[in-house]
Amino acid sequence: MNYNWNWGIFFQPNPMGTGTYLDMLLSGLVLTLKTAALAWIIALITGSLVGVMRTLPSKGANWFGFAYVEFFRNMPLLVQLFLWFFVLPELLPKGAGTWLKQLPNAPFWTAAIGVGFFMSARVAVQLQAGIGSLPRGQKMAATALGLTTAQGYRYVLLPMAFRIILPPLTSEFLNTIKNTAVAITIGLLELTGQARSMQEFSFQVFEAFTAATILYLLVNAVVVTAMRFLERWVAIPGYITGK
Amino acid sequence: MIEISHVNKWYTPSFQVLTDCTTSVTKGEVVVVCGPSGSGKSTLIKCVNALEPFQSGDISVDGTKVNDPKTNLPKLRSRVGMVFQHFELFPHLKIIDNLCLAQQKVLGRSSDKAVTKGMMLLDRVGLKEQAQKFPAQLSGGQQQRVAIARALAMDPIVMLFDEPTSALDPEMVSEVLDVMVDLAHEGMTMMVVTHEMGFARKVANRVIFMDRGEIVEDAAKDDFFGKPRSDRAQKFLSKILSH
Repeated sequence: MNYNWNWGIFFQPNPMGTGTYLDMLLSGLVLTLKTAALAWIIALITGSLVGVMRTLPSKGANWFGFAYVEFFRNMPLLVQLFLWFFVLPELLPKGAGTWLKQLPNAPFWTAAIGVGFFMSARVAVQLQAGIGSLPRGQKMAATALGLTTAQGYRYVLLPMAFRIILPPLTSEFLNTIKNTAVAITIGLLELTGQARSMQEFSFQVFEAFTAATILYLLVNAVVVTAMRFLERWVAIPGYITGK
Repeated sequence: MIEISHVNKWYTPSFQVLTDCTTSVTKGEVVVVCGPSGSGKSTLIKCVNALEPFQSGDISVDGTKVNDPKTNLPKLRSRVGMVFQHFELFPHLKIIDNLCLAQQKVLGRSSDKAVTKGMMLLDRVGLKEQAQKFPAQLSGGQQQRVAIARALAMDPIVMLFDEPTSALDPEMVSEVLDVMVDLAHEGMTMMVVTHEMGFARKVANRVIFMDRGEIVEDAAKDDFFGKPRSDRAQKFLSKILSH
């Protein structure tokens, strides 16, 4: 292989005049973190609502939850981002479409919301399974004490269901971070995007993607460790997964 | 206190679980419901606080119809204590918090008042020292006593017991029955689904025998144990009393 290794490339100035190539990658990392954070908040909130709807006695709520989940999980993420970014503005009334297209940071908002909705379908299914794994008597006990359905979920079912699904939720959080890389296709200069630009400007493809790989690994290692601590913190003494 | 009249319940159009059940429990009365498994006794008791719906007939508790859509069910249920076969304590809450949750969220009691009441009841069932533990750290018998205390914390006008000792190790049955006997002696109105014939002999005023969804026998305790009228009840009694 005829390749000129140059690990010093990171400390050379980038052609944009925004510092070194390393600065370029780090700015991509920051954007990755911001996109993933917003996407995860959206995924958790909407996913929880939809997950709860799928367990309610109401037929209407079940149907909505079912349709929501199947819509968002049965389409490739890439296609969804294209839909939100390229197709949606054309379908809206002209004024609204133009406003959307001219929105500053449109790729960022589209990526965060698109990845957020995509992941929310997965969070919903996890939460539904978590609630379903609780004994039926728990809901009955809450009801028999006079708690309303909302109170039963808030104080009895959800605190247990979320504890049970913490390990798979960790995976979903990691997937959210990794999935933001798809946003490169709608022009978001996140970590993968910046690695790609670095390669194009400097021709140092291996160095660029090695650095990106390491940064992704580091971020996810931090998330995994943090989630472990969270699991231990909320563990219930004496309970199966407890201390 | 409890009026059950001509209650019918079907799980599917061809599967009837309750057939024309009519009985009543007056204030201060202890009524034991027994019968083979699958005879509908648990279902009947769950109909009393509307944990299970039924298709025809009427049930009223303290003059309030439970099958009236206008009835405020959470309010009614908060006045009807219920104890389940599998305890159904809330595993993520400390024992004292299990007793305080509904007092605060349903009855609107202050935290201080709820804790005082809770500690008084824990003392009464002999578990004051366990207040800061979690349910999984207690034995089955202790958990069931906590469940009784949790129901009593709501100042119920009637207590329903759904096979309260069936899930317990034999040596723990008596500690739970002792609490129930005390309750009965204090004049609590109780409807108890159980196979504990010793308990029935000791404190019951009446015994109801159910088979295949029907109330076969509804008699004063002495009549029931002395000379049950139905063949089915005689056979049942001879089987469970022969050892």
